[in-house]
Amino acid sequence: MTVSTPWRLVVRRLSLIAVLLMAGLLLSQLTVAQSDPDKEAGFAVPAVDADIWRQVRSGDTGPNYRDSRADSNYNLVNASGETWRQWRNQWVSPYGLIVLGGMLAMIAIFYVIFGRKALDEPRTGRKLLRWTVLDRSLHWSVATLFLVLAVTGLNLLYGKFVFKPLFGDALWASMISGSKLLHNYLGPIFSILLIIVLAKFLKHNLPKKHDWEWFKKGGGLIGKGHVDAGFANGGEKVWYWLLASVGLLVIASGFVLDFPNYGQARDTMQWANLLHAVAALGLTAVAFGHIYIGTLGTEGSIEGMSTGYVDETWAKEHHNLWYEEVKDSARDETELASENVQRHPPDNPATDRPG
Amino acid sequence: MAQMKFMCDAERCIECNGCVTACKNANEVEWGVQRRRVVTLNDGESDEVSISVACMHCDDAPCMAVCPTDCFYKTDDGIVLHDKDLCIGCGYCLYACPFGAPQFPKQNAFGERGKMDKCTFCAGGPADSKEEEYEKYGANRIAEGKLPLCAEMCSTKALLAGDAQTIADIFRQRVVQRGHEDGAWSGNARADADNLAYDAAQEG
Repeated sequence: MTVSTPWRLVVRRLSLIAVLLMAGLLLSQLTVAQSDPDKEAGFAVPAVDADIWRQVRSGDTGPNYRDSRADSNYNLVNASGETWRQWRNQWVSPYGLIVLGGMLAMIAIFYVIFGRKALDEPRTGRKLLRWTVLDRSLHWSVATLFLVLAVTGLNLLYGKFVFKPLFGDALWASMISGSKLLHNYLGPIFSILLIIVLAKFLKHNLPKKHDWEWFKKGGGLIGKGHVDAGFANGGEKVWYWLLASVGLLVIASGFVLDFPNYGQARDTMQWANLLHAVAALGLTAVAFGHIYIGTLGTEGSIEGMSTGYVDETWAKEHHNLWYEEVKDSARDETELASENVQRHPPDNPATDRPG
Repeated sequence: MAQMKFMCDAERCIECNGCVTACKNANEVEWGVQRRRVVTLNDGESDEVSISVACMHCDDAPCMAVCPTDCFYKTDDGIVLHDKDLCIGCGYCLYACPFGAPQFPKQNAFGERGKMDKCTFCAGGPADSKEEEYEKYGANRIAEGKLPLCAEMCSTKALLAGDAQTIADIFRQRVVQRGHEDGAWSGNARADADNLAYDAAQEG
């Protein structure tokens, strides 16, 4: 149909297009010349506007986010870091100190007012096996590791305020790097041992009905009275279950922090760090109580965890239900002592001499 | 006293990564660490924008506040530096920094990260000798009266480094004159082809 379009028409159309183009070019030139800089700026600026910054702050990167650093998992601005810093420095750090100091002060005041809880009756001299060698080895291994981890952990949180100005950079450098190494390498060993201890002592720590009575009477901590208790009393069970809950939380969060090789996100480690610090500071405060009651606070308790044996009187007064179960196995302390001598004869230089 | 700051003009950054390369080269940064990075938002879209990021040398630096060894310090010029002899590689600065500036050469089990490394504003760090300083922290251009190489080499002068007041003035002038028909280039006696770096820094 258009095959026979006359040439005249084609020329006219082309010239019309040319005129329109020229006009368009002229008009666009005019527009540029007349534009005011403020308006132009509005067009020239790509959208680095409030919305973009809001998106950046939210941590949402979107599919078209690029970072030229290899393996970078950072947004442009990572606001969570500041949140973590505020939580750690404004809350965990000062309140941790208050909790630990408060606990020590309470124990000191308690000791001054009520003193050591002595045995009411004289000792019978007959001993009951309370903790086997394995129990004691596990206890003291976990206890030692707990103390090392607590001291090094506290040094990581508070040391710079005390020891850096006190000792100077050189000593402080080895002190703090030693703390970190001990904390990071002993932590996993502590974790494994604590889980073994929890499994081994579980049977003693299942809640019983008489534990409720024990709590209602405050464990007989103050005054002369004694409350029913089996192998473990209510307080010991609380310590056990704190370790089985908060302790495991410390372990879990510790593993998150200790093994960055698994590539967990920084935000995960921030929360793990806060949980780890709060839970560990809390456990340390309770541990002060456990240590006090086990050593200075109660006559005869430390004997159980050092020699394995406790006196009948101690068992009767502190763990009467357990005493009823095992009283037939009581042995005289002189008998035990001679047995001990046979097992570990004292050095006799005369026998070493030849001839 | 100067307060040294970086400022990246996102309108100018063309994500050439020249700053990243310049930094890496000037400081001989160890393998796996890249002190400066270029972030592009909405890549390929009409509102694509790029910005170069490194340590911002904060006034109230979070890394400094959380460091358990207190290895950070601020120079008189407001530059945040750290002592690698004190660093234990705990990673707390990495948790705290909003800009992802602190990096570690390793990320191994038992928190073995090695010594933290970050942008020093090309101001080196504490060391007994110049060689040791270069080995540990890279170049100390500030001591030579020079600015950080990333900013010095920025092809579009998007990345500015220097006293906060000065670079704020430069940026303010750019904002005011942006879109102006002469693009803020003319009327500046020193803005010749060989000396474009001085364009807006000087009064017109």
